[in-house]
This record gives sequence, C-alpha cells and structure tokens, in this order.
Amino acid sequence: MLQINNVNTHYGPIQALHDVSLEVKKGEIVTLIGANGAGKTTLMMTICGDPQATSGEILFDGKPISGMPTAQIMRQGLAIVPEGRRVFARLTVQENLHMGAYFRTKAEYEETLEEVLLLFPRLRERINQRAGTMSGGEQQMLAIGRAMMSKPRMILLDEPSLGLAPIIIQQIFQIIQKLRDDGVTIFLVEQNANQALKIADRGYVLENGRVVLSGSGADLLDDENVRKAYLGG
Amino acid sequence: MMRQNFYTAFFAAGITLILTCLMVGVKLTSEGTELRVVGATAAQWTWIFGGIAIVFLSQLFRDQISAATAGIPRPNLEAILPAESVRSRLKPWLIAMVIVGLFIWPFMVSRGSVDLATLTLIYIMLGLGLNIVVGLAGLLDLGYVAFYAIGAYTYALLSNYFGLSFWICLPIAALMAALFGFVLGFPVLRLRGDYLAIVTLGFGEIIRILLNNWTSITGGPNGISGIEKPTLFGLEFNRRASDGGTTFHDFMGIDYSSSYKVIFLYLIAVVLVLAVLYVINRLMRMPVGRAWEALREDEIACRSLGLNRTVIKLSAFTIGASTAGFAGCFFAARQGFISPESFIFIESAIILAIVVLGGMGSQLGVILAAIVMTILPELAREFQEYRMLLFGLLMVLMMRWRPQGLLPSKRPHMELK
Repeated sequence: MLQINNVNTHYGPIQALHDVSLEVKKGEIVTLIGANGAGKTTLMMTICGDPQATSGEILFDGKPISGMPTAQIMRQGLAIVPEGRRVFARLTVQENLHMGAYFRTKAEYEETLEEVLLLFPRLRERINQRAGTMSGGEQQMLAIGRAMMSKPRMILLDEPSLGLAPIIIQQIFQIIQKLRDDGVTIFLVEQNANQALKIADRGYVLENGRVVLSGSGADLLDDENVRKAYLGG
Repeated sequence: MMRQNFYTAFFAAGITLILTCLMVGVKLTSEGTELRVVGATAAQWTWIFGGIAIVFLSQLFRDQISAATAGIPRPNLEAILPAESVRSRLKPWLIAMVIVGLFIWPFMVSRGSVDLATLTLIYIMLGLGLNIVVGLAGLLDLGYVAFYAIGAYTYALLSNYFGLSFWICLPIAALMAALFGFVLGFPVLRLRGDYLAIVTLGFGEIIRILLNNWTSITGGPNGISGIEKPTLFGLEFNRRASDGGTTFHDFMGIDYSSSYKVIFLYLIAVVLVLAVLYVINRLMRMPVGRAWEALREDEIACRSLGLNRTVIKLSAFTIGASTAGFAGCFFAARQGFISPESFIFIESAIILAIVVLGGMGSQLGVILAAIVMTILPELAREFQEYRMLLFGLLMVLMMRWRPQGLLPSKRPHMELK
C-alpha cells in the first residue's frame, strides 16, 4: 500500500535519510523503531511531503506522492497523527473532530463521528469540553480520532505513547490493533520498541538515517542486537 | 518576602525618579533665539517626590494592598447575564430590539451624539474586520489601517476623477482593499508572530507614505477634499441641489435641516455594520471559520489534516481587509475630506486595542470595546492632553483585572442530536 524506494532527505546540507526503502502492505501494522535522532520523524514527515525527499520515490496505492504538496498528500486517503498530539487546545472535542472531516460532506461527517465515538467512548463523555483541558491520554485518543475522521485507508502514527502512563499506553496499543482489525493499514513510529513490536506484523529498525534491520515483529523482538539496543538486554 | 518587596520598591521608585525627572523635571524653553533648560518649580518637585513616594510605598506594601483589595468584588459580566437557556431564548428578541432601537434612536438625540455614534460604528466595523485576522486566525496585523486607507482613497479618487457615486464605490473599495490584502498576504504569510507583525507594520507605513508623496494623484499631505456625500436613490442631502439633482427635503416637501444628512450617514453606518456582522457570523459558522481558529491553535496539526494553510490565512487576511475597505469608503464619504494624517499608526493601534480589550475573537466584546474606546475620549475631552496616558492606564487595569478581555469569545458550536 505504501512503498518507499531509496528515499534520501536533506535538511539543508545535512542528510537525514540515506536510501531508505520500506513497504507497508494492506492491512498490516508495520512499525519503525530507532533511537532519538535516527530519522523516524523525518521519514514520517517526508511521507507527508515536508520536507520533500531529495531523491527516491514514495508510492501510495501505486501512485507517486513524493513531489505533491502536503495538503494534497493528506487528502489521498492517508492520515497522520503527529508527534506530541497537537490537538486544537481551545476548540472543543467535537470541533476538533469536525476539523478532521473538513473535506467531507455533513452526512459522511456524522456517520464517521458516530464510529469514532464508538471507538473512543471517553470522547463522547467529553464532547463539549475544550481539548486543552483533557488529560494526555484523552488528547492522544482525540488526535487518533481526529485522524480517523477523514476515513483514511492508512494511518501514520508518530510516537503515540509519548509521555503517557503505562496503562494508557496499553489502551492506545489496543486501539491501534482494533483499527487494523477494522481494515485500516497502520504505520507506527515508536521508541517504545517492546510494545510496538508485540503488535506489529513487521518492523524496521532505523539507525542514523539508514534502515539497518527488518523482519517480522516477533523476529525483531528476539533479535540479539535489537534486544541490546532498544529493549535493555 | 518583605526584603524582596523592599528591593522591588526601591527599584520601582528609582525608575519613577529617572523618568519623571526627565519628563517633568527639566524643560526646554526658548528665550529669544536661544534654547534654555529650565528646572521644575518647587511645587512641581513636591508633586514628583509625592508620586515617587506613592510608587515606593505601594510596591513595599503590595502584599498587604492586594490582600485588602481581594475582598472588593471585581466586575463579573458573566454573573449579570442570565442563564444560558434563558439567554438563547431571549437572544432573537434582544437582537431585534437592539436593531429597532438603533434605527429609532438618532431621531431623538442631538446631532453631536449621532455623529459620535457614526464614528463608533466605523470603529466597530474596523474592529470586527481585524478580529477575523487577529482574534480568529491569530495573525498579528499591525498595519490594518492601510486597508482602511485604501478603502477611503479608492472612493475619494474614483469620485474625484470619475464622478462615481458612493454606492458604486462601496463594493469597489472593499474589493480594492481585499486585493491589496491578497497581494500583501502572499509573501507575508510565510512569516509568523513577531515577524508578521513587523512586516504588516511596514506595509501600513508604506501605504501612508505613498499616499503622502504621490502628490500628483492623491494631493499628498493636502489630502482630497469635497468628496461626494452618499445619496438616497439619487436624492441629495445638500441645501441646494447640484445641477440635474434633486434634494431630499425638496422631494419630501419638508424644510431643510442639516441633521438629516447626519442621521442618514448614521443609518448607512448601521446598515453596513449589520451587514458585516451578518456575513462574519455566517463565515464563523462555516468550515472556513473553524479552520481559522484551528490554524491559530496549531498550524502543524492543520496541515496534517490536509488543510492548505496559505488558502486559509489568505482568506482571513482578504476578508479582514475588505471589511476595512468598507469602513474606509464610508469614512471618506462621511468626512468629505481625507488625508494621510487620518491613517497613521496610532489608528492601527487603537483598532488592535479594541480587539484585545474586547476579548480576542469575541464579536460582542469587540463591539463593546469599540464603544468604550470612542466614547471615553469624547467624555474626557478636558483631558485631551492626557489621552494617551488614560489609554495606557486603561490597558494596565485591563491586564490586571480582565486579561481575557471584556467579553471573552464563546464560539458557536453545534450540538449533538
């Protein structure tokens, strides 16, 4: 579904990604793990077209999206939950969700809203509350819900467990699995390698802007190097 | 605690001493052909030191003072308003009453008050326009007066050179201002926060200086005078009709009175304000209104949802500018004379103050603040010299007691069925 072929990305003169190639197939959860500064978020941003890849190509459903402006890429059936949640703090939960369905008709919006609220009952309780007044976990749910409002075929999650309590992290990961079961393809960037690999079908390890390892989630969990580098021995 | 207060008190008193000594203590006077520095009189020195003592003591005992004043109830506008459910039921009636009142009112009061009300309405229009840009979209625009000037000059020039009437020029002025907003918006909207503020400030000055120096067309600092007044379906409000025209009083068969013109201008302003309010309210309920606010909250999140930030920012900028164009066109028609003097930076600052005082994003707040900001200076005519000082005092008090503005915004939101 998403294919990244030999992508290089630069920030000015500095090269952040070196010949990165990976693939996410339909209905999979694929995770990308790596240390701070490995280029995980850069890869995510490159998919979204900001910064643009300097070379290589990115295909979504077989259609090249590298080179499109961000706003257009995000309307192709691809949604991203950006790092650090980034909900609209002074807008209510419902308004946040409405923004997610900006390009859809009212009927579609209402239908999807019902689905998202079923997935996140907590959001229904808080529907008229300002997003900034909710807890971190609730905000993360809102961020995921908002991304779901565009009915994406694929969703990119950038560090959804960032700064959350372990129990909330578990809930979030359960939701991610549920989304996959509903037919959404998921590309998950995580530092929390253990949790991420457990639910992932496949995984890639990124180091200094290069893909150094790939395999099934279980294989990577057992891998000596991965254990040492990311799972604490 | 006391020790720290003492330091602050000492420091504050020191600053007061330096400032007052420079501003009040020494004066430059001309004696014959020479300039001489004159010290303050003994009475003035007493005042200066009295002031310093007050600053010192209030800083020293500020904990005690705030403890003592904590008991004084602060103005709580929320409490005065009835409950939400009652309010929503009363709202249409209230709006209808206010609108009817606005139309009847000028026939019962003096000419001066109607004139002042017209001025207030102009500022309400400007405040509402800037509120879109600053309050909703969160783009700090310090050169808003430029669009006001463009609106005013568009009408003045078109009427002067081509003899076009007010009603034709009104949409043209709004379009012109919108066009300039669009043109300025393109390069500028990549900038954020402070940088955007600086560039818009520069733009405001560019327009003013351009108008000032393009003497052959705009008349430069002399301005443009004798701008046509608006007509009512071709009826003029002058004492004598121009060739081929008819005057209002002749047509109606009543005696001439100069107050008809004032009231007529006021009524146009009311209609314009209502139109602007209606359009902005509609826009705020439309997705684009929501998008403005979302963009103010988080630009990256907006982009992640596939929104095009340039389009959204440009729309806010353009619509805000066109509102100023409307106001400018009307201003030119009302004054009959405009010059670059009317469009200095202070005007931008006052409009911005209206938006901030009103509570960013709140329309009712902006209207209230516009009323306060135009009527207070009129009431305090005797203190004309201290106008800026009062202005500052008002700002300080607001920051102390109502930092969120007079009536902070409550956005319209949809209810779940």
